[in-house]
Amino acid sequence: MLTKEKPAKDTPRVENFDAEAVNSKENRSLYEARRKIHPKRATGWFRSFKWWIMGITLGIYYLTPWLRWERGADAPDQAVLVDLANRRFYFFFIEIWPHEFFFVAGMLVMAGIGLFLVTSTLGRAWCGYTCPQTVWVDLYLVVERYFEGDRNARIKLDAAPWSASKITKRTLKHIVWILIGFATGGAWIFYFADAPTLAVNFFTGQAPFVAYATVGVLTATTYIFGGFMREQVCTYMCPWPRIQAAMLDEHSLTVTYNDWRGEPRDRHAKRRRQAGEFVGDCVDCNACVAVCPMGIDIRDGQQMECITCALCIDACDGVMDKLGLEKGLISYATLEEYGSNMQLASGRGDWVSENGRTSQIFPENVRGENGRLIDKVKQTNLRSFVRPRTILYAAIYAAIGVALLWALAVRDTLKVNILHDRNPVFTVLSNGAIRNGYEIKILNMTGTNRSFLVTIEGLEGATLKLAGAAEPEARSLRIEARADKLQASRVFVRVPKDRLDASKTAFSFNILAIGGEDKTKAGAHFEAPDHFDK
Amino acid sequence: MSEKEIDQTSGIETTGHEWDGIKELNNPLPRWWLWTFYATIVFSIGYMVWYPSIPLWNASTEGLSGETTRSLLQEELAAVRSARAETVEKLAATDLESIRADAELSRFATAGGASIFKVYCTQCHGSGAAGSPGYPNLNDDDWLWGGDLESIYLSIKHGIRNGVDDDARDSLMPSFGADELLDKEEINAVTEFVLQISDQEHDAALAGTGREIFADNCSSCHGADGKGDREFGAPNLADAIALYGTSRADLKAQLHQPKHGVMPPWGDKLGETGVKQLAIYVHGLGGGEKAKAE
Repeated sequence: MLTKEKPAKDTPRVENFDAEAVNSKENRSLYEARRKIHPKRATGWFRSFKWWIMGITLGIYYLTPWLRWERGADAPDQAVLVDLANRRFYFFFIEIWPHEFFFVAGMLVMAGIGLFLVTSTLGRAWCGYTCPQTVWVDLYLVVERYFEGDRNARIKLDAAPWSASKITKRTLKHIVWILIGFATGGAWIFYFADAPTLAVNFFTGQAPFVAYATVGVLTATTYIFGGFMREQVCTYMCPWPRIQAAMLDEHSLTVTYNDWRGEPRDRHAKRRRQAGEFVGDCVDCNACVAVCPMGIDIRDGQQMECITCALCIDACDGVMDKLGLEKGLISYATLEEYGSNMQLASGRGDWVSENGRTSQIFPENVRGENGRLIDKVKQTNLRSFVRPRTILYAAIYAAIGVALLWALAVRDTLKVNILHDRNPVFTVLSNGAIRNGYEIKILNMTGTNRSFLVTIEGLEGATLKLAGAAEPEARSLRIEARADKLQASRVFVRVPKDRLDASKTAFSFNILAIGGEDKTKAGAHFEAPDHFDK
Repeated sequence: MSEKEIDQTSGIETTGHEWDGIKELNNPLPRWWLWTFYATIVFSIGYMVWYPSIPLWNASTEGLSGETTRSLLQEELAAVRSARAETVEKLAATDLESIRADAELSRFATAGGASIFKVYCTQCHGSGAAGSPGYPNLNDDDWLWGGDLESIYLSIKHGIRNGVDDDARDSLMPSFGADELLDKEEINAVTEFVLQISDQEHDAALAGTGREIFADNCSSCHGADGKGDREFGAPNLADAIALYGTSRADLKAQLHQPKHGVMPPWGDKLGETGVKQLAIYVHGLGGGEKAKAE
């Protein structure tokens, strides 16, 4: 369907592109090799916006591990650190222990709901703007353009025989790609260890094997996904587009070709118009196809491949500007307003021109006397964002967020776990007293070493002793717990036989931070032989 | 094979198989799949040469690397041994009380002792060292032959009444009933006396008679007050713990024809450091006593 028409003489300012959608319906096959896409550089509002987002997201990714955050002598001073070896997650002023993983789970749920909310209003904004695949492919395209030129130059270079110049360009491109991949994989490992130390160790060959392996794998995946697979990842590997499609409804924004004003498209609009035929705004220049990183034609309608990056909007708006028409032949639109405008533009049955062209769309229906779009044409209305579904998403999102903040505000800095000895459950001593063994685990979740006083409540006559300690048994016990550490102590509790009247007695350990506010109570059982049950 | 059949729609050859009118296209394998497949074949050849692989009559081919899971295990064990060597030497050179006082050595010895215990001792003493009738509970504070580190060490090293180790501690209680050293009434009386001193239900009148018989026949080993003597492994009869049970019937049976515990010597099997670690572990179970003042 490659039309080798020369650019129309009556629209000299608009450049026409020899571009075809990779998924055009006419040629669609179940078995097909990838067709290489050569996206042209777009300019416009969305492209600028995307440069900003690329800068910000990449900046966050590469720089975050280098931010410092003072936490005291014994704790790491890296602002964001996933310390797998010591099982801690540091995020600025927050330090999460393994038992507090629900914070992370909660944030993941929020991210999920947030994605629902964004998708139901802004469509596939995640795919088009912030998905790492999109951002890195964009970055790789910048490199490709720098060395090989824009679309036409690249197509020419692809077809050209191997020469010194081609080899140089290709080599440089791949070197820079691999360097970017290496920097990407390299930045990843810094989230899991002290960045400055690891950086030195990494380049002096002293880093652990897993660091090199991770960098190797991520370098390879970045290089392959960003340089070669590109749109194939989105179309064939990623499950998310298919899920997102199910979340869109008639009020969600999608990148839409407004065929109600574009059709019937024609490269010789003026000539046709002079011949008394209806002509739409689309001059069929294929600029939208040429800039598409997915290689699709948005004029074929909504497609699974479309990541809504909006570059076709920029391309088309540029053309509309040159033609002196309103921007937005391709625009963000909801299905609802599109349907309404479509109805406005059609509705008079088929229209057949003198030379046999047919169309259901009458561009004149949407244009007034002055040649501008009439007021009846529906524009995107922000109020369409507010609907039961989005309110519900926002409410769930806010509820989880508030719950997490609340949990963070009242977060304990002391936690105690008691484990009763399983074997033996109890020991009868020579004077008939019963002894039980416990492991008391004290989590000192502060940055200072603390002493804790352990006492017993609800078990008459009980005395305590640290296993192996030289001190005699006493009514209370002092346990030292180091800053930010779990202190596990084995403790014996002994009760004289005449103070027991059951084989199982519930009691509790009271743990109090000496010279502090923290205290907690942990339930336990005291076991004795069956004959104590009277 | 018959002539090739070409599918009309796709222009691709079919396999000739047909199910209810549906025929299978004989599409070529994807290239990446095919090359991966060839790569695995090449890999397997290298694997066969490098590792033991082809089974022969007696054993398999050894492979250039000579590596087996058994040899890997040996290497790992050797690595562990060499990593521990320094600490083990220190253990051997340090006396028991000093090991216990040293946090690092004591931790090492307790962990080592615990794993030795799991292998060699649980069969009789139970996995929690809580014993069972005839096999002492090592968690409590009642010891037949002494509960300080040195005594526990000696008991483990030489064992008890085993007739193998000359240094094994030995003692024998006469069979008062079976050998007719005491008659039935006398045995009953002694039983009531033991029930009395161990703070159990008893017949006070009979116990009074028993006290005299006990003084004449038993106190040489168990002491006048029945508190036993660790020199002979004679148990304390006045406490709440008895190796063969505290009930009237248990005591009578023991008086009639006593059972005697036997424990093998472990010194040769576990070595000096093994016995030391085990002693530290058992001592730390909860009933360990302080060293006897010299």
